[in-house]
Amino acid sequence: MELYLGLKILWWLLLGVLLLGLAVMVGMDMGVGALLRVIGKTDLERRTMLNAIGPHWDGNQVWFILGGGAIFAAFPLIYATAFSGLYVVMLLLLWSMIMRPLAFEYRSKIPTARWRNIADWVFLISGALPMIIYGAAMGNMLQGVPFHFDWDLRSYYTGSFISLFNPFAILAGVLSLMLAAFMGAAMTAIKTEGALAARARSVGSLAAFIAVALFAMGGAWVASMHGFVLTHSVDPALAQTPLTQTVERVSGALLAHYRALPILWIVPALGFIGMVLGGLLLRVNKPAIAWWMGVFAWMGVLGATAISLFPFLMPSSSVPSQSLTIWNSISSQHTLLWMTGFSVVFVPLILWYTSWAFYVMRGKVDAGKIEKDPHAY
Amino acid sequence: MINDTVVELSRWQFAATALYHFLFVPLTLGLTVFLAALETVYVVTGKQIYKEMTQFWAKLLLINFALGVATGLTMEFEFGTNWSFYSGFVGDIFGAPLAVEGLMAFFMESTMIGLMIFGWDRLSRGQHLIVTYLVALGSNLSALWILVANGFMQDPQGAVFNPITMRMELESFSALIFSHDAQAKFVHTSIAGYVTAAIFVAGVSAFYLLKKRHLELARRSFRMATIFGVLSTIGVITLGDALGFIGAHAQPAKIAAMEAMWETEKAPAPFNLAAWPNQDKQENSWAIQIPYLLTPLLTHTMDTELPGIKNLIAHNAERIKNGIPAVEALKKLSSNPNDAAALAQFKAHEPDLGYGFLVQRYAPNQDVSQATEANIAQAAQDTIPDVFAIYWVFRIMVALAFLMLAFFILAVIYSLRNEVEKHPWFLKFSLWLIPVPFLACEMGWLTAELGRQPWTVYNLLPTWMSASSHSVQYMVFSLIGFVGLYTIFILIEMYLMVRAIKQGPDQHDAHPTPSSGSLGGSVLASGAAPVHAKALIVDSTNKEV
Repeated sequence: MELYLGLKILWWLLLGVLLLGLAVMVGMDMGVGALLRVIGKTDLERRTMLNAIGPHWDGNQVWFILGGGAIFAAFPLIYATAFSGLYVVMLLLLWSMIMRPLAFEYRSKIPTARWRNIADWVFLISGALPMIIYGAAMGNMLQGVPFHFDWDLRSYYTGSFISLFNPFAILAGVLSLMLAAFMGAAMTAIKTEGALAARARSVGSLAAFIAVALFAMGGAWVASMHGFVLTHSVDPALAQTPLTQTVERVSGALLAHYRALPILWIVPALGFIGMVLGGLLLRVNKPAIAWWMGVFAWMGVLGATAISLFPFLMPSSSVPSQSLTIWNSISSQHTLLWMTGFSVVFVPLILWYTSWAFYVMRGKVDAGKIEKDPHAY
Repeated sequence: MINDTVVELSRWQFAATALYHFLFVPLTLGLTVFLAALETVYVVTGKQIYKEMTQFWAKLLLINFALGVATGLTMEFEFGTNWSFYSGFVGDIFGAPLAVEGLMAFFMESTMIGLMIFGWDRLSRGQHLIVTYLVALGSNLSALWILVANGFMQDPQGAVFNPITMRMELESFSALIFSHDAQAKFVHTSIAGYVTAAIFVAGVSAFYLLKKRHLELARRSFRMATIFGVLSTIGVITLGDALGFIGAHAQPAKIAAMEAMWETEKAPAPFNLAAWPNQDKQENSWAIQIPYLLTPLLTHTMDTELPGIKNLIAHNAERIKNGIPAVEALKKLSSNPNDAAALAQFKAHEPDLGYGFLVQRYAPNQDVSQATEANIAQAAQDTIPDVFAIYWVFRIMVALAFLMLAFFILAVIYSLRNEVEKHPWFLKFSLWLIPVPFLACEMGWLTAELGRQPWTVYNLLPTWMSASSHSVQYMVFSLIGFVGLYTIFILIEMYLMVRAIKQGPDQHDAHPTPSSGSLGGSVLASGAAPVHAKALIVDSTNKEV
């Protein structure tokens, strides 16, 4: 295989790894935030939940930042077109995300009930909204988004803000929220004890079972949707723009790869297995394995989406021939080579020291200590 | 069609959010290094006071860090949301340092900061020290990669335009990261952060010395900040000089604006100590000059000629004329990448492509082929940034730097004589100096980025072309959103910072407080005595409902 083509596919896979890391690590923290008011009944319980992820949320959040940076570096045209096209949605995502670090650092520094109540609402919004948007964005990618380009690749988005929250996108958004809630609940169950952990387990398994239903509905919906097919294009191994291809919308095309290569059904099946086993394991008080099942659930959901779209990343519903694919939105070979080099060195390093950080902070959160520790969240 | 108002609003939004973000960055850069130094002393000497100092300054760092992270997210998004043409055009080069920053630096910093705060009881002394070092290393490496990215905007190195993909592409990674501008600016900026932290620590310590509280911690902190500060301030001024030297070669228009130099003077040119630039008349209404000083100051020689603004405009008009065919050729290549004649035309005019883009703003129908002589003249005027603003923000920055240097020299003298506390005016001066480094950093940002105009990427991509094609309503909406949120944020941050400083270090060893009492007690202490029962988190709320 040619080097450039190989790099393109590698970076498509790495994009998946990043989106998975983001979904798992940030999603977990978001889930804790969204469930704070649901399973944490007292101030101390809520603080216990926050301290369960307290030493790690800062690091976890970098998956989000790295996700943005890596899309910028590896798929600049996706970064440019998606971030500007989905403008209001991106702003809502951003605004809810930037309130979260402040809620973390500042919540427990002021001991009034009203202040902490405000902070808890911020956690709810900044946990739930980004995950809904994350899922809804994926849902929109599957359907295509109305945009087109000028001769110099200046992009124009021609849809409305509300159309980004269509029924399918909302379904995808709620699925994403449920998976995040499951992961957050599993982490809470791992790190806490007693009634709080019990509530986390029951809420978490409920979220997993809702996710199963939503994922199944989404799959059925996708089968009947219009997909996109590249009918004429430049050799994928060559550098190109979205101005030199033709694309057609074909009903049922989103499942074309599954029909051609049935073994691919393993991927969505992995998602179902992860959700079902995750829900059950949480119920029988095995939160750590349940958490790992959640990772498989995310893998299945994101993988199934990626396979449906391949080789598209962001199809255009208004001018399909200007759809963004892996081939035409990716960086140059030289950039990809350098980025690959950095990733080979640093991604394992990140995984290693992240695991080490979790290892150092292992064990249940000591609720008694929280009140004495002036640094505790 | 590109809308002027949208571009203008995008610029305001970027400046507002970047300046705001940059309020928190320098302190983080410096305090993390300061903490590493403090903890080293703790580990080496084993003195408990240094552990308390480390923990206290870490508490303040964290309040600042939260907003730095939050507002940094905005920056990461903003290129895509508001500057999408820029992102597509140079993302192949500009995105890489941002991604590497995440991979190499920010991930480490953020993971380790959690351990730094919560790991005291779980890590050995040596391990904890390493964690603190990694936080400092991470924050400074972050600055390195961000400034590599910024260096590309100031002086684009290691990139070439690819007419097939219609964008700039990376040609040499080493040229990108070893760009002189990026390297000098990295050192200048991170050391500016050390100065900021030194002033901050000295100011807060002076507050305690004035109030006669936490004297042991305050004295030692003040002394360490003095050493840290005097070295850093000398460093920041030295590197600032290096940046001027580099800028004289790479960005002549910025340098000419910084010095309000309208005419090309015979070397050695005079230095405008103070002047009142008038851009319309292209002259200084008045100026106080020091003869011969400018040339050696900028070029470190006596005989290098520095081009004046009028000459630069005339020269740039020629470049615009030469750039127009490059843009026309690109348009043809866009629909047919195999058009050999167009490619040849493009290659012949490629060095002036950016200048060809410049005239698009004024050309009829924003089509460069229709550009008239008048349009070209107008675009050529644009190649000079706002002289008055740059001249003065630069001077304010330099003046503040020398003010801080004077402060630290005085602090060294008083420290050596062991009489810092004998001069209350000096302690007050120290306290009131806290805003100064922040202001100086902002002025530095303005000098660098206003001076870069009219380009987002110097000589390559005009700012006017770089913005996203949004409606004015969208831009007003987002600007209002940011201003509103950020105002709330800074109020909360200042409140918490002042509160944490007033509370001082945790003296849990000296005055053990019962766990429930500490909450109620601190509410009472902060002056909220007559609170309703509901507003207090009392023990009963900790029981399950």
